[in-house]
Amino acid sequence: MERQAVKKAREAFLSGRTRALEFRLQQLTALQKMIAERQTEIATALKQDINRSQYDTPLLELIGLENDISLAIAKLAEWAAPRPVERNLLTIRDEAYIQPEPLGVVLIIGAWNYPWALTLSPLVGAIAAGNAAVVKPSELSECSSLLLRALLPRYLDQDLYPVVTGGVSETQELLKQRFDHVFYTGSGSVGRLVMEAASRHLTPVTLELGGKSPCYIDKDCDLRVACRRITWGKFTNCGQTCIAPDYILCEASIQGKVVDGIRQTLLEFYGADPKCSADYGRIINPRHFNRVMNLMEGYTAVLGGQSDASQRYIAPTVLKDVPPHSRMMQEEIFGPVLPIVTVSDMDEAIRFVNEREKPLALYIFCSDKLAVKKMIEETTSGGVTVNDVMMHYTLSSLPFGGVGQSGMGSYHGKHTFDRLSHMRACLVRSLGMESFNLARYPPQDRQRARRVRMALRSPMIDFSKRTFVWAVAASVVAFGLFVTLLVILLIASGLNCTCWYWQGFYN
Amino acid sequence: MSREQLAVERARRAFSTGRSKPLAYRIRQLNNLRRFLVERQSEIAEAAKKDLNRSEVGIQLFETLGLESEIQLVIKNLKKWAAPRAVEKNLVTLSDTLYIQPEPLGVVLVIGAWNYPWAVTLFPLIGAIAAGNAAVVKPSEVCVHTSTVMEELLNAYLDKELYPVVTGGVQETQELLKQRFDHIVYTGNSMVGRIVMEAAAKHLTPVTLELGGKSPCYIDKNCDIPLACRRVTWGKFTNCGQTCIAPDYVLCEASIQDRVIDEMKKCIKEFYTDDPKSFLDYGRIINERHFRRILAMTEDSTVAVGGESDHTECYIAPTILRDVKAGSKVMQEEIFGPLLPIVPVSGLEGAIDFINQGEKSLVIYVFSTDKKLINRLIEETSSGAVLANDCLVHYSVSSLPFGGVGNSGMGCYHGKFSFDQLSHLRSCMVRPLKNEGMNSMRYPPHTLGKLGWARFFLVQAPDLALMGRVGALAVLVAVAGFLINAYLL
Repeated sequence: MERQAVKKAREAFLSGRTRALEFRLQQLTALQKMIAERQTEIATALKQDINRSQYDTPLLELIGLENDISLAIAKLAEWAAPRPVERNLLTIRDEAYIQPEPLGVVLIIGAWNYPWALTLSPLVGAIAAGNAAVVKPSELSECSSLLLRALLPRYLDQDLYPVVTGGVSETQELLKQRFDHVFYTGSGSVGRLVMEAASRHLTPVTLELGGKSPCYIDKDCDLRVACRRITWGKFTNCGQTCIAPDYILCEASIQGKVVDGIRQTLLEFYGADPKCSADYGRIINPRHFNRVMNLMEGYTAVLGGQSDASQRYIAPTVLKDVPPHSRMMQEEIFGPVLPIVTVSDMDEAIRFVNEREKPLALYIFCSDKLAVKKMIEETTSGGVTVNDVMMHYTLSSLPFGGVGQSGMGSYHGKHTFDRLSHMRACLVRSLGMESFNLARYPPQDRQRARRVRMALRSPMIDFSKRTFVWAVAASVVAFGLFVTLLVILLIASGLNCTCWYWQGFYN
Repeated sequence: MSREQLAVERARRAFSTGRSKPLAYRIRQLNNLRRFLVERQSEIAEAAKKDLNRSEVGIQLFETLGLESEIQLVIKNLKKWAAPRAVEKNLVTLSDTLYIQPEPLGVVLVIGAWNYPWAVTLFPLIGAIAAGNAAVVKPSEVCVHTSTVMEELLNAYLDKELYPVVTGGVQETQELLKQRFDHIVYTGNSMVGRIVMEAAAKHLTPVTLELGGKSPCYIDKNCDIPLACRRVTWGKFTNCGQTCIAPDYVLCEASIQDRVIDEMKKCIKEFYTDDPKSFLDYGRIINERHFRRILAMTEDSTVAVGGESDHTECYIAPTILRDVKAGSKVMQEEIFGPLLPIVPVSGLEGAIDFINQGEKSLVIYVFSTDKKLINRLIEETSSGAVLANDCLVHYSVSSLPFGGVGNSGMGCYHGKFSFDQLSHLRSCMVRPLKNEGMNSMRYPPHTLGKLGWARFFLVQAPDLALMGRVGALAVLVAVAGFLINAYLL
């Protein structure tokens, strides 16, 4: 069945109907309509999957998606147009540009924590770039994936954008097929398998993986605000966010205040018993519930720690004085457990971060601009947000992706379009000016080589329209100023040459 | 610990000292590399002659000149490229500092090829140095003398620990591929490309693969045929056809086939004299294995020009094959030799169909004066690049990305593209620890009212830049109006 879907998608792509921008715009508009019309069903599915509140769904997934689609619709013509490049003396009379082109058939493997955003956001880029796309939502968010399978064909072209549901064996079957790009969001271990499968067909990949995103709190910052923002980021979606602050690094002296700040904020957000709050989520399934519970073994929580296996509920939990080499610090938590590791100062925090794998996100809470700059410069991560958490995800002009073990490639907004396009270099020369070429033909001699050396070394000149307009405007302004200067000088030198004009006036 | 493991570990340790981060250091290394190319010109040329029978002028024209101008370009622009890059804001982030910061990846592995050993190995190295990485350089073992020169002399100019040269064959390469890198740049064939990517997958290492394929060349019957043939002949027989972007085969209408063959025959004589074997500027096949591989391809096709060979010198004359069919041996794999098959097609349609039957190639060439024809060919096919009315030269335009698509490769480089490909472009958002009021709409307990506000602020802001410009214009008009009113009326 998987092979059939891919085959049909490829045939549909080869028919050429995705080339026209109108077609892509029509599909994007239809997708927009689907999200607008089916909000309630989507929210219900998410409530069943992961106990997401009806307000969190639009806030965390759908508004972002709507933005992505509107941006793509507004900018598609600009993104898909040929992009002129600088030329040198050798190519001065040629047309040189980069033409974005569709890749072909893209495979999108979604994740379960934000099943709509993480599956449909790459789809928006795939459609915009003119590709066909096979969408494989995660089987762990069962209701969402079944809903997607039911809804998408009703709005989008069924052959070009099939939804294939299923588990591990269906995914493996899909990965045996040949694609032109594979876009995967999930864990590092499966990411390796995806890339390995892709290597057999020389298929490029985008891997949005995870890791332990550190969160450093400087002792001299506004702890109240910092703790509120961190609490929001950590316990949203019950900690099941790839860019959630995984653990806190701070000095021992402020650890108590940090715990207090989080306690206060938790009260504000979820009340005395988060289990009864409509806004507090659940763990996706028993396997992950057990995994997170096992990580907590042996620790006494300073906040929370309660759980209820029947509901897959784990209370917002904070652990303090966690040893750096404990099990809790070995793998990504992906749950509502927030360990605090104490460090002696920012330098030790930087060393701590650098000793570990490159994370997807780094968070720094500090009011000292220079210290912040230092920490950014001396570490690396997919992205950085200072004095807040997760927000760099929301701005589509910032590329979102990992580095090292946290992933490869990036997307959002125009970056998705570029990632899922082939940027084809085009150089259109004329069948004239052959004299310039004489130097390159054999038999080669030193004189000719000298001429070629000169031509190849000439600087790149920007012939774009914008530069031309600026050049003309600047020349006009310069000329005007020059004339003004001349007139002023003449007047200052005593009106000798303009006398005749005034004489005539009085006569 | 193996020699390869040691080299990689030393490079990683040298990288973590942070000395490749300052721009001054990178520029110094690049200047040293340039000095190497200039001062050791004779050793480089001698090695090229022994390995590939390439003339000294040839090596300058096709390799070192390009490298020198690339270094010049990089040094001139490094500060700009490495600086934080501004991005557009939205309403929520109006008071934040936002930018994309290019950062080094770490340790890059550069695996070179044998056909242009200097260009293909050093171009990625330039990008790696510019981006602040350490780089392990593995030149192709097929070019024995060139690898030796690289190993012995390069490290006299560049930092030995940051940029070690590791020579060796298949075993040494496999040992290298077991190590962990932060990026691998590989130039070569698709078969080994798959192996490289598979090895990289184990460490989640991103790769840039510059592979090959059969690059088609369509000659329109209404173009200046002598001139077109001249350029194609040059592109094809340079380096004895052993160029990844050489025009692999020609597509043209049957009616002009004879003319094309005649013109090319004339050009071959003009470039390489009546006896290319004795001519200085005509190369040789790299080794006996490739020699036999290429000769075997001529078995089921008609030779129109050339065809002579001499296995003692691995010499194959510039050869043109006529009336070649899609099923012939010569059309089954990339030729990478001095055989030019001509495949007659019915016209542009036939050419496009033929091209689309095969895998996506590194480049498509088209010779025509009709812009519409060229545009149609571009729109209905795909390839790494397109070059109209010439061969090979798109390689030298550093503002164009050089790379393949599909079977011909992934990723691209040259100029700024090398820098970006071998950097991590890190998104940075610096917010103030105030304006908490704005954030209240995202905090639980959630209400419909809060959601309404969130929607208002989060929905993509209208073009702020345009608004700014319109505002400025309005102010100017108001001031002008005021002045006119006050002084002229």
